[in-house]
Amino acid sequence: MAQAEARAAATLTANLRRRLTYYSPTIAIAVGVILLWEFIVLIFDIQQFLLPKPSAIFAEFMLQVDLWLAPGERSILFESSGATFWEAFGGFFIGCGGGILVALITSRWTIVSEATMPFAIAANSVPIIAFAPIMNNWFGITNPASKMAIVAIIVFFPTMINTVRGLTLVNAEQLELMRSYAAAPAHILFNLRIPNALPYIFSALRVASALSLIGAVVAEFFGGPRATLGVYITQEASAFDFAKAWTAIMMASIIGIAFYLVVLLAERRLMPWHVSLRGEG
Amino acid sequence: MIAISAQGVNKVFNPGSDEEVIALQDIHLEIPAGEFISLIGPSGCGKSTLMRLVGDLIQPTDGELLVNGKAPDRARLDRDYGMVFQAATLYEWRSVTKNVQLPLEIMGYSKTERQKRAQAMLDMVELGAFANHYPWQLSGGMQQRVSIARALAFDPSVLLMDEPFGALDEFTRERMNLELLKIWQQTGKTIIFVTHSISEAVFLSNRIVVMSPRPGRITEIVGNTLPYPRDFNTRNDAAYHELVAKVRDLLRDAGGSVSAGQSLGDPTRPHGVE
Repeated sequence: MAQAEARAAATLTANLRRRLTYYSPTIAIAVGVILLWEFIVLIFDIQQFLLPKPSAIFAEFMLQVDLWLAPGERSILFESSGATFWEAFGGFFIGCGGGILVALITSRWTIVSEATMPFAIAANSVPIIAFAPIMNNWFGITNPASKMAIVAIIVFFPTMINTVRGLTLVNAEQLELMRSYAAAPAHILFNLRIPNALPYIFSALRVASALSLIGAVVAEFFGGPRATLGVYITQEASAFDFAKAWTAIMMASIIGIAFYLVVLLAERRLMPWHVSLRGEG
Repeated sequence: MIAISAQGVNKVFNPGSDEEVIALQDIHLEIPAGEFISLIGPSGCGKSTLMRLVGDLIQPTDGELLVNGKAPDRARLDRDYGMVFQAATLYEWRSVTKNVQLPLEIMGYSKTERQKRAQAMLDMVELGAFANHYPWQLSGGMQQRVSIARALAFDPSVLLMDEPFGALDEFTRERMNLELLKIWQQTGKTIIFVTHSISEAVFLSNRIVVMSPRPGRITEIVGNTLPYPRDFNTRNDAAYHELVAKVRDLLRDAGGSVSAGQSLGDPTRPHGVE
């Protein structure tokens, strides 16, 4: 019994060690870059408003954490992070949901999807962020809906285009098999087209998860409530408090990466069969 | 009883245009129920086109084609066809048993019936132990066996096979040939088998339809009286070698060479995607 436990513990540490060895170059590079940054600032005596030291950014971050945790105090940084996250998430949800829905509807009628695709592809190349001031006028500059709208439009087109591709780029022989079963269009949709589209949809969602945070923050650069990351960055930067601005950039990065990882995790749960995931279980 | 009857069937692709191709010209063929018939010929001879006409994947330009006494589209709606292609075309998001159950799901069989049939079919192709594996975990030969199990799951009367073993190595192919004969004798299906391989056609079939290209037509139908059950020793039989030589001569006279690879620019095949 004790022997079995010891063996289990041994495999656990072995697993941990294997993972550490696998990720150690990545960790080493991250640590190296931060150290290099710190030393360059020290050696060349760079002014903090040009480039603050990582240690200064970290100290500012810990200050905000203390504020956040202390009762009766507020941390604008964490409030901003929450607000920006909801804008990005709301826009992601509306834009991606809408993109998938429209793709499902248009792919039902080939003519419609063929007619709309060139427009979608063209719209996808338009710098949608340029519409941010217009959205501010439409929805109100402090209304989160103005940022959600920008994010939703940004993620809508790539999601729709990829979903249409996934629904239509179906193996011809798999379609012929369906024909030989005298399958109804609904059967073909649910048993062939949608599973076939899932990898396309998820690759769009991964891109959209990153785009949604970029869209929200950049839209906020054009104005928004005080407690949002984009406004926080512009305000602190113009007040020459660069350590604060950098903490906001750091939070935006953390949220963006976390968002991406959640989508990746959902992909693995929903498509255990997919080629890119094989041999990892 | 006649399972399939073709009288004066023609198939022209892109009629009237510069790219007009007479894929099949004046095809007369009667296939009794339960026969194993092979279609063989060089690329562009229309053997796949003929199979696809029977399966109602495309329609003849003119002529009369009947399957079980019905028009091909009626036979398709009655689910008279099981189809097997060169690629196993399994649904990669479904386990092996779920792949075999797919046509049964579409046709509205109950869950217990689906599971029972899928297991019976997988046992028949000797993959009963792999029911819960995913297609990518199987070898090419095993995947093709799943594909055959799937085609037979709903008990269609006609099995259409388009170079089903063309992508397999020689050794696996010979084993698959034996298995297919066993399945055919168990089930008594009518099988139309398109192939590039002379030895495979002679080994498997009751009759061999030799075809020639430009325009696609039937050169000769060779009867094969080698007794069943056939096994590995059949390939050592002198009568087997005579038949192989005869089919080879017919193909040489018909023009064009028989290649193992897939033809380019063959209008009878579907494009990669749709």
